[in-house]
Amino acid sequence: MNLILIAVISLGAIALVLAAILYVASKKFAVYEDPRIAQVGEVLPQANCGGCGYPGCSGFADACVKAGSLDGKFCPVGGQPVMAKIADILGLAAGEAEPMVAVVRCNGTCANRPRTNQYDGAKSCAIAASLYGGETGCSYGCLGCGDCVAACRFDAIHMNPETGIPEVDEAKCTACGACVKACPKAIIEIRPQGKKSRRVYVSCVNKDKGAVARKACTVSCIGCGKCVKTCPFEAITLENNLAYIDPAKCKSCRKCEEVCPQGTIVALNFPPRKPKTEEATAAAPKAAVAPKETAAAPKETAEAPKVTE
Amino acid sequence: MLKTFSIGGVHPHENKLSAHQPIITAEVPAKAVILLGQHIGAPAKPIVAKGDVVKVGTKIAEPAGFVSAAIHSSVSGKVAKIDTIVDASGYAKPAIFIDVEGDEWEETIDRSTTLVKECELSTEEIVKKIADAGIVGLGGACFPTQVKLCPPPSFKAECVIINAVECEPYLTADHQLMLEHAEEIMVGVSILMKAVKVNKAFIGIENNKPDAIELMTKVASGYAGIEVVPLKVKYPQGGEKQLIDAITKRQVASGALPISTGAVVQNVGTAFAVYEAVQKNKPLFERVITVTGKSVAKPSNFLARIGTPMKQLIDACGGLPEDTGKVIGGGPMMGKALVNIEVPTAKGSSGILIMNRKEAKRGEAQTCIRCAKCVSACPMGLEPYLLGALSENGDFETMEKERIMDCIECGSCQFTCPANRPLLDYCRLGKGKVGAMIRARQAKK
Repeated sequence: MNLILIAVISLGAIALVLAAILYVASKKFAVYEDPRIAQVGEVLPQANCGGCGYPGCSGFADACVKAGSLDGKFCPVGGQPVMAKIADILGLAAGEAEPMVAVVRCNGTCANRPRTNQYDGAKSCAIAASLYGGETGCSYGCLGCGDCVAACRFDAIHMNPETGIPEVDEAKCTACGACVKACPKAIIEIRPQGKKSRRVYVSCVNKDKGAVARKACTVSCIGCGKCVKTCPFEAITLENNLAYIDPAKCKSCRKCEEVCPQGTIVALNFPPRKPKTEEATAAAPKAAVAPKETAAAPKETAEAPKVTE
Repeated sequence: MLKTFSIGGVHPHENKLSAHQPIITAEVPAKAVILLGQHIGAPAKPIVAKGDVVKVGTKIAEPAGFVSAAIHSSVSGKVAKIDTIVDASGYAKPAIFIDVEGDEWEETIDRSTTLVKECELSTEEIVKKIADAGIVGLGGACFPTQVKLCPPPSFKAECVIINAVECEPYLTADHQLMLEHAEEIMVGVSILMKAVKVNKAFIGIENNKPDAIELMTKVASGYAGIEVVPLKVKYPQGGEKQLIDAITKRQVASGALPISTGAVVQNVGTAFAVYEAVQKNKPLFERVITVTGKSVAKPSNFLARIGTPMKQLIDACGGLPEDTGKVIGGGPMMGKALVNIEVPTAKGSSGILIMNRKEAKRGEAQTCIRCAKCVSACPMGLEPYLLGALSENGDFETMEKERIMDCIECGSCQFTCPANRPLLDYCRLGKGKVGAMIRARQAKK
């Protein structure tokens, strides 16, 4: 009995002393943390995708609170509604950010780009790219092993089994950029979604000379420069036999798409053209249906100019 | 008990179909395409322009940096253009295109077959001549030879080891070279010994080539300090670190240079090229290539000019067989499949292997059954199953800790795996990524 009493008293005494030390330490070494960081963290989607450029959601919340301004900060997953909530919490003005989307700049489908050999190694684009230029004559285009699909945390990109090219589901894509990093060929680009999801881009990354590129793929950019000359807004640049449309300058007039002899320039989700070229009245009623089409599915769109030629 | 390396290794079917086929001098191609990047290091800088007339042996590109090699024309004729060509991997690489006219050699080259034994040159002169001749390691890695002959001053060479193992199945180029040019090789080895200032050399030959062992031993008795070492047949004995281990019983520490063991390893083909360069003034513009395969009508060994389209060599063996599944540049273990057969041969082309459809088919990859066969097979003492899984999941930091940079990409793991896992593919990916990580870290410092 005595023994138990001693044990209880001694342990109790130790506990009291330690509690006192802990109490003093917690007061003396307390670190003040802005409670707003936790509040901001709560409204964030907690996907920790890193699409904002910070190492996860808590890093972003911390940066938002400490920066004192929301300029240049944008959560691609939550988008504008989440940014508005953060602005409310912090009493700041939310930075306006254009919604972005991932764009697959390759249209080298099985039909457009004939196979010249067969890769039978591990099914990974990173490995295939380190060993070979690809299964076709184009060493720049999509390898089709689906590293981008594996990288996407939002189920927004899928391989189309018919074309062998990935397609982006615009409704799910948050433009976090994981697929861009995963693609060893740098085919995927984050571009502004555009009004009513309408956008014009060059669906090719082939830097080979025209003749080589054309032989490898029927819808490759041959670097002819017609689009550069046609563009009234100087939005198109031609470098290394490859045209690029600067989304900041592009006004979506679609003149380049018309002149492209290869059908490489894709104008997505636009209503069908009227028989005579009158783009002025482009905002047609069909627009509500059109945006449902996903990116990089534009086989019809891509080949349309050929028919008209 | 024959010597061999101490850990791992496998023994694939040897399939030396072209063994004892005399070396045939291949026809000079009508058009030669000479790649500028035929070696490890910076691609060479062209010093000729379109329209220039070149002879066989004319230097057409200068080394661009310390680790780089000169390139010489293998044909005589006119430079048609300097452009890119799709190489064996399918990527466009810069190359010099030459339209062949006649076969006129540079006057400085001694074309006689008389053996020149005496070499009065100093060490520096030998190394300079080797560098001028554009010699690279002909075992396949193509490391510039002059760099290997000038080890960092903190290391001291103790012996030269000549790699005449030819552990890759199917390949017989080195075997036949030894049978036909044993004396020249011995002189080449003596020159290499002089270049690194040692008086001991070992020639490692696997005992599936008894005639070569016998002949080389007989010839070596006439040269001071050269010893032929018969080795047990085991792949990858031709790996530099494995060969040092097999012959000297010294192991190269993880991350260390092979020279740290005091051994300078050179391929037997390189020794022959050194002989020709130093004694005959002949730069490296042709080499022995084995063209082989189970369905090939006539597996052969060719002495072919660099820049010959592989298709021409295949045609000389009876053409591409009907049931071709894959054409591999090099041996079946470390070689890489060609994306087309029009690609030109390079300094590192040791063989062209044509696999039939049945051989070429890869088994379907299944889940790892933890049998650890790959662990016992790995000659570097790594754990390939783990490295494969880490690479698949993108954990490259852990791969670095698991010593992925020690991997010699010999493919023993993949060869032995009963679940057909593409372990080598994943290890190569990891090695590439970790290598980039290390370089980025060093650049930051």
